[in-house]
Formats: sequence, structure tokens, C-alpha cells
Amino acid sequence: MGIKLKALTKSPWVFHLSTGSCNNCDIEILDLLTPRFDLERFGILLVGSIRHADVLLVTGVVTRKVAPRLKRLYEQAPKPCLVVAIGSCALGQGIFKGSYNAPQPVDRYIPVDAYIPGCPPKPEAMIMGIVKLLNKLKGK
Amino acid sequence: MAIFYFLIFPGFIFTAVVGLLASWIDRKVTARVQWRKGPPLLQPLYDMMKLMGKETIVPKGSSRLTFLLSPLFALAAVTIVSTLLWRTIISPNTTFLGDLIVILYLLIIPPLAVIMGGFASRNPLASLGANREMKLILAYELPFVLVTFIPVIQAGMKIKLGEILIYQLNNGIAVGSLSGIIGFLVAILCMQAKLTLVPFDIPEAETEIMTGTYIEYSGVPLAIYKMTRAMMLFVLPIFLVILFMGGITFSGWHILWGILKYVLLLVIIILIRNTAPRVRIDQAMKFFWGPMTALAVLGIILAFLGL
Repeated sequence: MGIKLKALTKSPWVFHLSTGSCNNCDIEILDLLTPRFDLERFGILLVGSIRHADVLLVTGVVTRKVAPRLKRLYEQAPKPCLVVAIGSCALGQGIFKGSYNAPQPVDRYIPVDAYIPGCPPKPEAMIMGIVKLLNKLKGK
Repeated sequence: MAIFYFLIFPGFIFTAVVGLLASWIDRKVTARVQWRKGPPLLQPLYDMMKLMGKETIVPKGSSRLTFLLSPLFALAAVTIVSTLLWRTIISPNTTFLGDLIVILYLLIIPPLAVIMGGFASRNPLASLGANREMKLILAYELPFVLVTFIPVIQAGMKIKLGEILIYQLNNGIAVGSLSGIIGFLVAILCMQAKLTLVPFDIPEAETEIMTGTYIEYSGVPLAIYKMTRAMMLFVLPIFLVILFMGGITFSGWHILWGILKYVLLLVIIILIRNTAPRVRIDQAMKFFWGPMTALAVLGIILAFLGL
């Protein structure tokens, strides 16, 4: 494992994108970043610009309108950039499956590195997902 | 020898290490104020290493040269300031006449570089941030320059940092007098604006304009900006320690006392940052051009009267 990758696992800065979710997953993500769970212990920070981000958190079913923007955002991110899909809608479209305005789930548009199921997933589940993602990066 | 001073001991490497340590103290104390545990000691180092390994993106249509060079200008200016200040602290007679003015000029270069980089990055939010940064410079520069004259007047119109330092070592520190106290208070608030920390973090408001001028930066240039900010967190309190609190002496126990002065200023900065809300840019301008300038002028008059 290179020193760059080790540093990446020690300070993954996250950027949060809602691709048409019901705001439930988003509230849980914000919950995750509050003092109660204290993700800064692991160096995780919420950043406001995709240019600073290492991890892209995607919530929500990808609507037709937001799909090109999702692709563009992924292209704008400096590589290496990881993608985490959060919530049933992002994973497999949830209750919107077969809907006319949401053709495909997230991983048909951009490569997804970790899936965190739940409607919405609890903050503990998200921490577990991130830990699994970082372990995957370390090659464990 | 000048290269050694500039790159290793009082210059780049020393300032970078202590600055990163200061930024860790900032994050740790912030975490403790919010009843959190906070990041580990090496966290700023990990951040820097990670940013060095990331891809550097130059936005399409931006001014490439200005965009990539402005972080370097900011870093170079802070390094020169740090070198001058520490040369003054170690042996007060080595620097030249008028170094105070040179330092005041050099301290404006990092915000100017941030403005140039923001405008060069062709992003509306970055332009907005750069615009606000400009107004903020206009606001805080007036009281800050006025306030730096107070120790000069007290030392008998000596415009050299070494002589101010020697005067304060012999005749008591500037904060010991009434004009010094007023000047010190104004200088602390100006320092908060110079560091663009929370009551005055208007140019890079995360919630409104997403870190403003830094929005398009990624990879190495972003790392250089973060490093510059960390170094400013070290250099500016040291500047105030020299001007108002008699500097740091390197004999026996006195060095602990000097470090305590710096840590005290750092903790004041962090506590202001954690207990204040963000003001609007017009409020900041009113605040600096109104009460702060009035206080600074009052301080200068008191200094002339010898109080």
C-alpha cells in the first residue's frame, strides 16, 4: 500500500450529493457528522466543494434530470475519488422501481465502491460501511 | 546562510511544522469545546499528504498561470514574514530599518494571492468570495496599521522591530500600559479577520458560498493554501507577541513563558472562533471602520500622551 493511499484512508473528506431523495438519508448523513458520532476522530470532514472531496456520498433515486449532473460531478472530482451509495433508493431504486422518471440506479451511471442499504440507514450502519470501504482500500 | 534561514530553521520547515501543530491544536480544542474527542495528532500531516497525492484540476477557461501561481505567492510571503520575525526574536539587531513596514506589506500578500486565485478560477462563487475578501482587507487593514503604530510611538518612534523589542525588554511590555491594552484588543480582532476565522470568515463561508475562493482548488495547490493558512495561524500571533508582549527570550525558563504567550493568543483565537456567529460583510466593515478605528485612534492619542 502506497503512502498516498494510507493518507487517503486517514483523511477521507466527504461530499454529499442528493440525487432526488426524500431527504431522510440526507438527515441521517448530517446526523452522522454531528458531535455525537464525531467522525473527525477518523479524519472525516464534510467539504463544500467536489474539488476537495475524496468520497462522494450519493443518496436518492437518480432522476432523469439529475443523471447528467451526477456524471458531471463525478468527472469534476479529483481522482482517486470513491463513491458510496447510501439508502435503498440509491442502491436499487427502492419504491421507485419501474418509475418513468428514474430509469436506473446509481451504479449504472458511475462506479460505486460501497453500498449502504437501509431506508434510511442508521448512522452506525454508515460508519460500518465506511470502515468496510477503508478496509477494502487497505487490502484487508 | 540566508538560504538556510529561509528554508530550514526560522523559515519554511520550522514554520510549517509548528503551523500544522497549531492547526491540530485548533481542531482539537474545537472538538473539546463541542464535547468531542477530536482528530489524532498527525491529522494535519495526513491531510497534507493526501492532498499532495490527489489529482490537480485546472478548470476550463481559467487563467492557468495565475491560478497555479497564487498559492505559491501566498506561501512565499508567509515564509519571509516568519523568517524576519524569528531573526528579530533570536538576535534583535540583525534585521534592517523599517522591517515593520515590510512585514505589514508582506502580510497583505496572502489575501491578495487568494483574491487573484479566486478571480482566476472562473467560478461565480469564487469571484464572490474574492470580492468579499477584498472588502474585508479594506475593512481590517486600517485599524491594524493604526494599531501597529502604538508600540512604535511607545518605543520613541523606532520603526524597527528589534528596537521595539529591546525597548520593551528594558521598559516593560506594551500591554502593561493603557494604550497598549487598547491596541492589543483591536489587534486581536484584526488578526481574527486576517486569518478569516469565524466571526469574519465571510470570504469562505462554507454554508453560503462553499469555501468561496478555494472552491476550484484541488490537490497540490489546495495543500499549499491549507499550509499557508496553518502557517498564518503561527506567524500572526508571533507578530503580535513581538509588538505587544515583548517577544520570546531564549534563556532558561523564559522560553516557556514565551511559548505560553503564543499559546494564550492561539487559545483566544480558537475560543472566539468557537463562540461567535458569522457577521455579514457590511457589518464587518462597519465594525472595523467604526468602533475599531475609533479605539485605535484613541490608543494612538494615549500613546502620544505617554499612558
